[in-house]
Amino acid sequence: MMPVLSLELILYTTALGLISIGLAGVVLSRHLFRMVLALVIAEAGANLMLVLAGYRWDAVAPILTTLGEHPPMVDPVPQAMVLTAIVIGVGIQALAVSILIRIRQRYGTLDRSQVAERMDAEIADSAGIPRDVSQESPLGERPLPSLPDSTVEIRGGHS
Amino acid sequence: MTEIELWIVMLLALMVLSAAVMVLLVKNHIAAVAAASVVSLGLALLFVLMRAPDVAMTEAAVGAGLSSLILALALRRLGLWRVDGVKTQVNLIKANGEGHQDA
Repeated sequence: MMPVLSLELILYTTALGLISIGLAGVVLSRHLFRMVLALVIAEAGANLMLVLAGYRWDAVAPILTTLGEHPPMVDPVPQAMVLTAIVIGVGIQALAVSILIRIRQRYGTLDRSQVAERMDAEIADSAGIPRDVSQESPLGERPLPSLPDSTVEIRGGHS
Repeated sequence: MTEIELWIVMLLALMVLSAAVMVLLVKNHIAAVAAASVVSLGLALLFVLMRAPDVAMTEAAVGAGLSSLILALALRRLGLWRVDGVKTQVNLIKANGEGHQDA
């Protein structure tokens, strides 16, 4: 009984590890292509988790061979859903890659902060307003200028 | 049966997790795509051991085959297709030699 329990433990650890590695990659990676790869890994971990939900250690594959008495089977419903999820995942991946190609054509780079910077500048430029929020420089002068007197009531009076 | 299955699953899980870490850590983009393909392939073998042969077939064909194909073609289109060829090796050896001479 003990090795069976640790078998499922290994599989759950793998699934959770894949999901966490993928999410960490999506959050931490600086390159957009690496972000897509991390998304693929997280999706693979989610698929493993779903198949694991219908897994029984003493069951056989859900294929009906004889019409008589059959041994217990693995639950085939999560497997069918995962089958769909794999194909949808490839579709999502192709969409992300095409968006990456468009970003590369328009901004000439795939670095995350540079793309955000240029996108921000382009939006401000097309709207005809100055960019007051930047990713790198702080907002306004330091020390901050005092707020106008009309907002004293909102801020709770003079302190 | 369960004993040997346990060992196979343990090895496959180790392979999948280390390949997933490699995807995020390796510098070359082609190597990262290959590592993602290794993750899909190990996952397909795990699906076979988990009595899901249909999912394993789909994962091996679509996840490891088609997905790597799409990513590799996208690498060519994005201009990231760079193979670490003879040049970097020569530079590495040269840098090591110079460092040795300096030291």
